[in-house]
Amino acid sequence: MILAGPAILMFLAFVILPVFMAAYYGFFKWKGFGVPTNFVGFQNYITIFTDQNFLDALTHNGMIVVMSLIMQGPAAIAFALLLNQNIKGRSLIRVLIFVPYVISEVIVGTGWSLMLQYQGALNDLLTNLGMGWATADWIANPNTAIWTLMVIISWKYLGFAVILMLAGMQGIPDELYEAAAIDGASYWRIQRWITLPLLGPTVRVWAFLSIIGSLQLFDLVYIIWGQYVSSTAGTSTMATYMVREGRLAGNYGYGNAVAVAIFVISLVIALTYQRFVLRRDTEGALTDGPERKAR
Amino acid sequence: MSQVALTASSRRSGRKRASKSGATWGSPGTYLIATVLIAICIAPVLYIIIGGFRTNSQITVDPSGLPNPWVFKNYADVLASQLFWQQFTNSVISAVSTTIGTVALALMASFVIARYDFRGRNAMYSLFAAGLMFPLTVAITPLYLLLKNMNLANNLLGVILPQIAFALPMTVIILVPFLAAIPKELEEAAFIDGASRLGFFFRMVLPLSLPGVITTAILAFVGAWNSYMLPLFILNESKMYTLPLGVQAFSSEHSVDTAAVLAFTSLSMLPALFFFSIFERRIVGGLTGAVKG
Repeated sequence: MILAGPAILMFLAFVILPVFMAAYYGFFKWKGFGVPTNFVGFQNYITIFTDQNFLDALTHNGMIVVMSLIMQGPAAIAFALLLNQNIKGRSLIRVLIFVPYVISEVIVGTGWSLMLQYQGALNDLLTNLGMGWATADWIANPNTAIWTLMVIISWKYLGFAVILMLAGMQGIPDELYEAAAIDGASYWRIQRWITLPLLGPTVRVWAFLSIIGSLQLFDLVYIIWGQYVSSTAGTSTMATYMVREGRLAGNYGYGNAVAVAIFVISLVIALTYQRFVLRRDTEGALTDGPERKAR
Repeated sequence: MSQVALTASSRRSGRKRASKSGATWGSPGTYLIATVLIAICIAPVLYIIIGGFRTNSQITVDPSGLPNPWVFKNYADVLASQLFWQQFTNSVISAVSTTIGTVALALMASFVIARYDFRGRNAMYSLFAAGLMFPLTVAITPLYLLLKNMNLANNLLGVILPQIAFALPMTVIILVPFLAAIPKELEEAAFIDGASRLGFFFRMVLPLSLPGVITTAILAFVGAWNSYMLPLFILNESKMYTLPLGVQAFSSEHSVDTAAVLAFTSLSMLPALFFFSIFERRIVGGLTGAVKG
């Protein structure tokens, strides 16, 4: 029991305590110096949902959630089906498509923003290919920006989704495929009636991770669109809004209230998802004791 | 059965399948699509690396061209810069300490959770499992104030400690099944042979759970190496920065010197890519095990 002490202590001090502190600070109109004063009750929490900047950020997060699922899911399944065949060089392909996931968001952001500048490589390439009409101000134009962000997100996380789907496909028993082959089923019928249904659990877990990740999105947006990502950039997220209010503008009380709002929104979505979607296939990590998992 | 073990066995069966029928050459269309996919994944990375070999005037005149001639000055400058190596060292210290701390603490906690029956065992496990739902984003501002009060602001330790804490839940959840899978009989036999509890831990538990330990260590290392938000709040001097902060600072300070930025960026990306290429199989296996659990 004593062995577990250090881990629990660390965890309580640096994970649990700060989250409760955030909830507490959220009740104050406070600039972050000294002891919180000027208790305002639920005022901050009410303000959040009447603040157009937050609502814009929330909308962006919602769009990112939906578009991530639509853009990455089908593509990941298609590529996984492709790579699940016994083709030459499969393991090399797997390594290469995973590279974007492994490099840090800072590098992704820096590299892409250089490529996508108005005078940058992509526009130049398009012009050289005689597609000058397709050039755009990918980052600075607020109407384009969210799509640019989506492409970058999809690029970074597609490899992860493909690898997950591949792992799911590897878990499907060979016997099913053999039986289907004996019955003379075509490749597409086998994929449609064996692979896709049995991939369900993997897809649902991937979607869960994708949704939670989309709701927490911070690094990429902050790096590409700068410190003061405002709602007019077209890409602000709840997290960049929180950092902007809580740290850069010095409204610590309000910033913490926003953090708590992000947490509650994510938690409600996560629990609802676990309750109605994940429960069907796997035991969720949240609701399960060690026995069933461990033994 | 544990999900991690399931993943391991499914990978085994995957290999079996491959060896049974042997790799075949498939249709050209398959290769065409695979090539396009790889090109999309790799092109931006190559753009960064190759861009570092150009001069700024080359980039301005022909933004999408290849280096002509190839210039090595940008890379040489970065490699000669003290700041880069300082930040590189900071990243190494942060990532290595986080990895060692996470694995050590998580092993101890998982050992207790997996192998002893006591009141509060379930609660302990649920606490860590629930920790998966606590994002750094929510905790970041209070964490910053907390660390400032502990005089750990602008200190690598102030980055390492929270990183360990936030890596613990995932690590514990992956390790518990590994430790629980060690048969009770083995423990009894070891004690009969006169092993102490600690001796049993180091001579039996550690070797037997090594696959899980390696997977979690890699996850912790990559996570710490790429970590951005926490260092952003805690570190405020460029000589304390880790590489992700260094890249960002460098690119905003040298915003007109695109070639130098590209060189700096690719050099800071290489260690992670190198590390990843060595441990690719483990990372992929660990991720699939982790998310299924």
